[in-house]
Amino acid sequence: MAQDYLQRYLFLILGFFGVLSALMVVFTKNPVHSVLYLVLTFFAIAGEYILLNAQFIAIVNIIVYAGAIMVLFLFVIMLLNLNKETEPHKNPYLKFAAVITGGLLLIVLVGSLKMADTTAVATPFQGYKGVIKNLADVLFTQFLLPFEISSILFLAAMVGAVMLGKKDIK
Amino acid sequence: MQEIVKGIPLNWFIILSGILFSIGVMGVLFRRNAIIIFMSIELMLNAVNLLLVAFSAKWGDASGQVFVFFTMAVAAAEIAVGLAILVVMYRNTKSTDIDVLNKLKG
Repeated sequence: MAQDYLQRYLFLILGFFGVLSALMVVFTKNPVHSVLYLVLTFFAIAGEYILLNAQFIAIVNIIVYAGAIMVLFLFVIMLLNLNKETEPHKNPYLKFAAVITGGLLLIVLVGSLKMADTTAVATPFQGYKGVIKNLADVLFTQFLLPFEISSILFLAAMVGAVMLGKKDIK
Repeated sequence: MQEIVKGIPLNWFIILSGILFSIGVMGVLFRRNAIIIFMSIELMLNAVNLLLVAFSAKWGDASGQVFVFFTMAVAAAEIAVGLAILVVMYRNTKSTDIDVLNKLKG
């Protein structure tokens, strides 16, 4: 029984750090700090995935998001030399209105889904749904065609990015 | 009551995803820097991913985690193209402020 409460404490700690660093992503002025806080948020979310017994998704989340995508962001920020507080604050009402809107959305979401399903999810390290073998069985049988099509998507994205990035297209 | 104590309740995950999604929406609404707006979109995508994994664990169905896998693939492609567009935009306007981009307005 103590182990069950340990999971809840872990969830609350990870959730607290995730939400805190997500807030810092939005509220810090410097874009580089914003990227680093987003990496922290991704690590917290990966911890939640491990609590949900989804180890593969947790590792892929760290490798793809915290590894690849955030490096791309940092690269672009440093390439464009944006690593200073260059953002002008034109309208003070805009920030106020955005916070009010986000808060209202939060109130609606939490208020409507607060008691949606209070039953517990599967306890970790007992079910085997998140283990790689089971996931691969589903991915390479039921979802084989979308998996192959996603490679075409990547090819198209790569060609598009190169075309956009070229200086002058003859 | 015995069942409720065991494990983490599903609605905790729903509420956490709601909080992260709302923070992402807030970021899109009030930041003017296009890169931060991209990051807020990533935050929203991750909130939805967390919800998908939570429901997948709840119903014992691995399809939800496969959906998350595809979401990550599409997000990676989206970010590659989006950042390329941003670099082109910076090259033309010397700024990543989205308020500069009102020239398409009729």
